[in-house]
Amino acid sequence: MDITSLTVHELMEKLEKKEINSVEITKAYVDRINDKEKDVKAFVTTTCDDAMKRAKEIDNKKENGEKLSPYAGIPIGIKDNMCTKGVRTTCSSKMLENFISPYDATVVEKLNDEQIISLGKLNMDEFAMGASTEYSYFKKTANPWNLNTVPGGSSGGSAAAVAAELVPWALGSDTGGSIRQPASFCGVVGLKPTYGLVSRYGLVAFASSLDQIGPITKDVRDAAMLLNIIAGHDERDTTSYEAPKKDYVKALKNDVKGLKIGIPKEYFGEGINPEVKAKLEEAIETYKKLGAEVEEFSLDIATYALATYYIIACAEASSNLGRFDGIRYGYRTENFSNLKELYRNSRSEGFGPEVKRRIILGTYVLSSGYYDAYYKKAQQVRTLVKKEFDRAFEKYDVLLTPTSPTVAFEIGTRSNNPLEMYLADICTVSLNIAGLPGISIPCGVNSEGMPIGMQLIGNKFEEEKILNAAYTFEQEYKFRDKYKPDLCKK
Amino acid sequence: MSRDNYELVMGLEVHSELSTKTKIFCSCPTEFGGDPNTHTCPICMAMPGTLPVLNEKVVEYAVKAGLATNCEISRNSKNDRKNYFYPDLPKSYQISQFDKPLCEHGYIEIEDDEGNPKKVRITRIHIEEDAGKLNHSDFGGESLVDLNRAGVPLIEIVSEPDLRSSGEVDRYLKKLKSILEYIEVSDCKMQEGSFRADVNVSVRKKGASEYGTRTEMKNMNSFRAITRAIEYEADRQVDVLEDGGKIEQETLRWDDVSGKTFSMRDKEDAQDYRYFPEPDLVAIRLSQEYIDNIKANLPEMPESRRERYITDFNLTEKEARLLTASKYLSNIFEGAEKICGNAKAVANWLLSDISRILNEKEMEPSDIPFTAEHLAKLVELIEKGTISSAIGKKVVTELFENPKDPEEIIKEKGWIQISDEGAIKEVVEKIIAANPQSVADYKAGKDKAIGFLVGQAMKETKGKANPQMLNKMFIEELK
Repeated sequence: MDITSLTVHELMEKLEKKEINSVEITKAYVDRINDKEKDVKAFVTTTCDDAMKRAKEIDNKKENGEKLSPYAGIPIGIKDNMCTKGVRTTCSSKMLENFISPYDATVVEKLNDEQIISLGKLNMDEFAMGASTEYSYFKKTANPWNLNTVPGGSSGGSAAAVAAELVPWALGSDTGGSIRQPASFCGVVGLKPTYGLVSRYGLVAFASSLDQIGPITKDVRDAAMLLNIIAGHDERDTTSYEAPKKDYVKALKNDVKGLKIGIPKEYFGEGINPEVKAKLEEAIETYKKLGAEVEEFSLDIATYALATYYIIACAEASSNLGRFDGIRYGYRTENFSNLKELYRNSRSEGFGPEVKRRIILGTYVLSSGYYDAYYKKAQQVRTLVKKEFDRAFEKYDVLLTPTSPTVAFEIGTRSNNPLEMYLADICTVSLNIAGLPGISIPCGVNSEGMPIGMQLIGNKFEEEKILNAAYTFEQEYKFRDKYKPDLCKK
Repeated sequence: MSRDNYELVMGLEVHSELSTKTKIFCSCPTEFGGDPNTHTCPICMAMPGTLPVLNEKVVEYAVKAGLATNCEISRNSKNDRKNYFYPDLPKSYQISQFDKPLCEHGYIEIEDDEGNPKKVRITRIHIEEDAGKLNHSDFGGESLVDLNRAGVPLIEIVSEPDLRSSGEVDRYLKKLKSILEYIEVSDCKMQEGSFRADVNVSVRKKGASEYGTRTEMKNMNSFRAITRAIEYEADRQVDVLEDGGKIEQETLRWDDVSGKTFSMRDKEDAQDYRYFPEPDLVAIRLSQEYIDNIKANLPEMPESRRERYITDFNLTEKEARLLTASKYLSNIFEGAEKICGNAKAVANWLLSDISRILNEKEMEPSDIPFTAEHLAKLVELIEKGTISSAIGKKVVTELFENPKDPEEIIKEKGWIQISDEGAIKEVVEKIIAANPQSVADYKAGKDKAIGFLVGQAMKETKGKANPQMLNKMFIEELK
């Protein structure tokens, strides 16, 4: 049995039937990490020994007849911007290279409650700023489909680890596309939930009004299951939404008959790679064949979303990252003779260039004299973007777009051109601006065999609709049966 | 004196710590003191990933303060971030309120220097968090950060530039303090820094319609310091203007030891706080019922108590006003009156000896160490003739040092009044023999001489003799 090629729901079936135990599962992943991590470089920190210990404990408990969560003994990988008590949380930054949080993030507590076992912390762009994971202080993660290309970002470690079968599933975070775009580049499923569905407590903040934690998985059913675990109101996060708990797995009906799908034409215009466009058009045909009602429409405000996003995200980041000042924790320069130098040198030496760029941008747009022209204007546009999406969802159940205008690009080709890097987010940022849920699923590969992602956008708290639409396509298209990175051909 | 040609114009920014049990964004205690960094948690230490949760009590207390100062309460309010770097500010931003404060457009009434009623307008009251403290000494030139105070809730009360003298400022602050104490939202302890005032001072030629350039003074931690600082700064500004100079808009630090103000930062460092809405908190929305309910349950305010004291206890307007100026004084008054039933005597003690000692010791009524029961007992002991008023004064002094039952104090100290006729007679005879001139004066018709003789007898007995008996006996003996 090839354990690491199985999805989580397949693993759970086998656990349930006692065909396999947690030690075997965990061991298979530890072996796989030992074998392939050197090529993929997805982890900042692995916790394999601890994972094996916990797997044994869980198996013992089961043997002693204790009733455990159905997820007990399933491993996971966690993006390195979610706080884990006792295991360092670096945000892939020199600033937090040796930082150990005194508490667990709410999502980590939820994983622990289900006795899900962490295999370690996954690489990312520093403080989640980037679209290629090249801005990690520690290492450049490789895309398992072609080790010379990037896995996307900022949750590149999470997407690459799932694609390379180093973890069965992972948590990512998405501020402007950081779950969906790497999922698209790595041929896996990535879901950004509605803003407020998952608690942000313990997620090291990049842009507070945009950040959201979500699953990166091998298939849609796994994404629905992981969302079941992490969703829900948290009294420690007042922006989290109070609503009755849903079972997202129940939403997977494999039926899109009568589903109204809107195609915003702006997302298929200039800048979209023709091969990407062609695959998306095939997917649209598939939906039509399955009985969905597809219609093209205009969402022209979306063209302003990227500019709006970079103003709001950078403004919030400039404030959120102020706490990394070398005073209480994190990196402190050795080179200072007064307080100003302590601040300046600690931050100059501790942050990488992209983080500094965004702090400077954000500081600028909030400065007196510029606030009205930038931040305030961006907030006004944000309101318009929300309104335009509201109007779209009066007509459509879900919207369909590419996740990214291109497939994964080669390492080093964009990292010195910030503007071009920012364009990688063009299809994804408007959802964060509007607080909407979105899922990226693979819908094919290009002529070089690199995966192409399709994004399905839902109305607020209508994750069920996009999950069902994604699931129905997945069942029809069977991407996982057709394509696999060479790294996973065994 | 050139000051006479100028008018002082002042507005105040008062920060008052709210007396909620827990901090504004986490559940750490707000208690003053404690070993450094023991009243802290990941949230108030700004550990990565933590989020604030607004303490509802803070909103309630601020609304109370707004209602008690005649403000309009905003039903739609929000928090904003004020960004700046300082080691006592762990998040590098203070969560405050910028353009939508909880309370706006209020006023409180004070007396001007002529004793006429005057309204001082309140621009706004908003909620925010306090910063921690830096300990600079004792660590070989290093500074250590104590975050116990970080996240203690504050209200900032901003007045319009309506104040025209240091006397008005003093009365405004005392009135404000008294209101906050009455509604029980703040302890207002200046020494502990839970009630702090920044004063914006400018001067202008009398009759001028435009305001002069203002300076902002910080770091005054007593009413006396505030008065001194204002007088100093007004003189300084007038001198500058009279010499043909210009006032620089700047922030000044008052130094109480030298009695001078010093510039805190130069203009190059002018702060840009980059305020923006706090994305980690949802907007504050209050229902009209919520506000009405707080209004209906506001405690009795000083004005109402004052009226009651005049009608129920026959106190003078002045006595009633002085007693109600402080909730603590007023509460001791009411407590003691209830026990001993002698309002006039209780008021006298509070307004004469006790107030004098408070003044001397630079204490506030909230620092009075003894209870209403103690004071009532003192009044009763004098009424019964167990001690004289003169001994009463000594008991009060003792109560400040060593607060306990006055009966015990006088027993321990041997201060019980001499009411024994034989003993009194002995003293009277001794004093008559020693003061022939006064005796002669009295016999020549100078009735006042009796007072002198009684005084001498009290001195002789160290105040323990019953003064009424002495008086009577001198008159008899000298017939």
